[in-house]
Amino acid sequence: MTSNLSLWLIPILPLAGAAINGLLGKKSSRTAVSVVGLFFSGAAFAWALTVAFRFPSLDVPHQEYLAHWIRSGNFSVDFAFYLDQLSLVMLLVVTGVGFLIHIYSVGYMWDDPGYYRFFSYLNLFMFFMLTLVLANNYLLMFIGWEGVGLASYLLIGFWFTKDSAASAGKKAFIVNRIGDFGFLIGLFLIIQHFHSLNFSEVFEQVKTHAPETAGAGLLTAIGILLMVGACGKSAQIPLYVWLPDAMEGPTPVSALIHAATMVTAGVYMVSRSHVIFERAPSALTVVAVIGTLTALFAATIGIAQTDIKKVLAYSTVSQLGYMFLACGVGAFSAGIFHLMTHAFFKGLLFLAAGSVIHAVGGEQDMRRMGGLKAYIPITFATMFIATLAIAGIPPLAGFWSKDEILWKAYQANWVYWLIGVVTAFITSFYMFRLMFMTFWGDYYGIHVDQHGKSHAAHGHGEHGHGEPHESPAVMLVPLVILALLSLVGGFVGYRNAFEHFLDPVFGAGAVEAGQAAGSATEHMLMGVSIAAAVLGWILAYVLYVSKPYLPQKIAASLGSFYDAVVNKYYVDEIYAKLFVKPLVDGSTAILWQGVDRRVIDDTVNNAAHGARHVSDEVRQMESGNLRSYASWIAAGAAVVIAYMIWQGMGQ
Amino acid sequence: MVPLSYYLLLSGVLFACGVMGFLIKRNIITIFMSIELMLNGVNLSFVAFAAHWHQLAGQVFVFFVMVVAAAEAAVGLAIIIAIYRTRETLNVDQVNLLKL
Repeated sequence: MTSNLSLWLIPILPLAGAAINGLLGKKSSRTAVSVVGLFFSGAAFAWALTVAFRFPSLDVPHQEYLAHWIRSGNFSVDFAFYLDQLSLVMLLVVTGVGFLIHIYSVGYMWDDPGYYRFFSYLNLFMFFMLTLVLANNYLLMFIGWEGVGLASYLLIGFWFTKDSAASAGKKAFIVNRIGDFGFLIGLFLIIQHFHSLNFSEVFEQVKTHAPETAGAGLLTAIGILLMVGACGKSAQIPLYVWLPDAMEGPTPVSALIHAATMVTAGVYMVSRSHVIFERAPSALTVVAVIGTLTALFAATIGIAQTDIKKVLAYSTVSQLGYMFLACGVGAFSAGIFHLMTHAFFKGLLFLAAGSVIHAVGGEQDMRRMGGLKAYIPITFATMFIATLAIAGIPPLAGFWSKDEILWKAYQANWVYWLIGVVTAFITSFYMFRLMFMTFWGDYYGIHVDQHGKSHAAHGHGEHGHGEPHESPAVMLVPLVILALLSLVGGFVGYRNAFEHFLDPVFGAGAVEAGQAAGSATEHMLMGVSIAAAVLGWILAYVLYVSKPYLPQKIAASLGSFYDAVVNKYYVDEIYAKLFVKPLVDGSTAILWQGVDRRVIDDTVNNAAHGARHVSDEVRQMESGNLRSYASWIAAGAAVVIAYMIWQGMGQ
Repeated sequence: MVPLSYYLLLSGVLFACGVMGFLIKRNIITIFMSIELMLNGVNLSFVAFAAHWHQLAGQVFVFFVMVVAAAEAAVGLAIIIAIYRTRETLNVDQVNLLKL
């Protein structure tokens, strides 16, 4: 059955919005900008929904060819789209959550002078993300991959007059380049050995390879290189450092790009390449180990952060670690499931955090919040739901997906499971810590405000005084919708329905094997992870509500370890010493002072000086005196004649 | 019979005298005469070669040169007179209105 869904419309619509707002937005009113921004992202969502409704009648994978791009010998890459269950899920998440965040941004960014710019970038991001998700070959995917990196850079540095924002944008971009380097090398290997970048063609050929169980080979190399790319984009160890800094961007950006969609691109890419990974067990182990370590590592940092967005940032890194853990144990559908629920509840957490920040006038430090649940009840309610969801309290969304991952991890290796459960406990603890610090107790904000207003740079300075206030409806509606999704979103995974939906992509084997291993163990493990979540909750309650003097005592008794955690294990400092400083010094001494100034500049300058010097001498000949010209002619003639005579004498 | 080389040597000496006069002298009429001297030095070598090789082409050339030199003398002298009328001098170094 060949039906045309005009898939190209989905990415092109936001691009049109970006172009209109970017080119004409400066002169238009805010209302016009909002209408354009919302219309085009909404239209993309609507079209994605249409595609979803027509999806059951499609031949999957459904491919649509738009235009040819590169034809070189028998290697060809086209602008073509690939739709299967996996890309459909991503499509709906990106357009749906993206649209909600667009709505939210109308309220959040209304007072910002760069309003039109913001919507233009946001739409541009949607375009690239949808290209990434819909591409039918690695190269088009790479275009989207780089494009979202660009949009991310632009949006992190959105308040570019702030030095920290500008350098955070740069950091994100550069760290991503390191990952992209690995990704590119992986692609080159694929081209070299499979002579194609088309998903279907590459995977068709990969399927003829036997799994590389003993030792490593080509597929392992490709897999690990792709994982390097994914590490950069999805903020995994060792390339996670950019994501916490990326919180310098406006909060809707943190929600959309740095929580819900872009950072999950790595998970999507690894899942898309599952055919390669399944035949490279060592690469899969690398994925799983990196995921597990990142999950635990980032979660522990999250405990000691006091900036509300930084906590969520580390939480995102940690949850992404879960997704990679799932991919690494071969449970790609569980990873995608968690990706989807995470998009709901983490998007919601960020938006709610934005609403909190909005309410208290741009303050991001949780120590200056507290007691807010009376002031902003709707934000509180939605954020509480999201917290329950991420902590893994049944029956909310996060519980189902996280439990699925832990169960699959247990089947692979109980160590993964154990670290996963510990992480779940820590996650629950720091999330409820965030809730208790923000919404319980007394409000400390007004007191601080009288001392000095250090938050005007955030663009909400005018709200800085007086009582915290609830956000406008345009911000609350997306919160409520996402809260509903966080509440019920997990049920699509009931009885593995979600996994079965993705079966055609990933193969049915894994799910069935899981069922056979016995549900008694599964229920027991489920109980353990619920207990971990509840324990985290209780611990947070004890430490931050009933005995608020305890945390300081504990921190004091932990001493230097606590300092290390507060300072994020000094990873940024270590990177600065190990990589950044040598690079900067080397570039300054060798490349700048040595090559650039001594070799290149001096060559050019000396050539110019030499030419001038010679000209100064030669110009003496041009005296303007007729007689001297005549002597030059005579002298020249004499030389020529002398030469002729000399030649003649030689014969 | 006088050998060819004598003629050529004389021709060379005449030409060199013309060149030197052209370079050294400041009076425009002397310069003009130096040019004529150079032309005639060349003419001499033309006819010497023509006689030596028994070919008329050289002598024909000389006629042309003489015709052109006569025309040039007419125009040149006219210019010199015009210059003298306006500038009251025949010194080339003082005729420098077009110089920067």
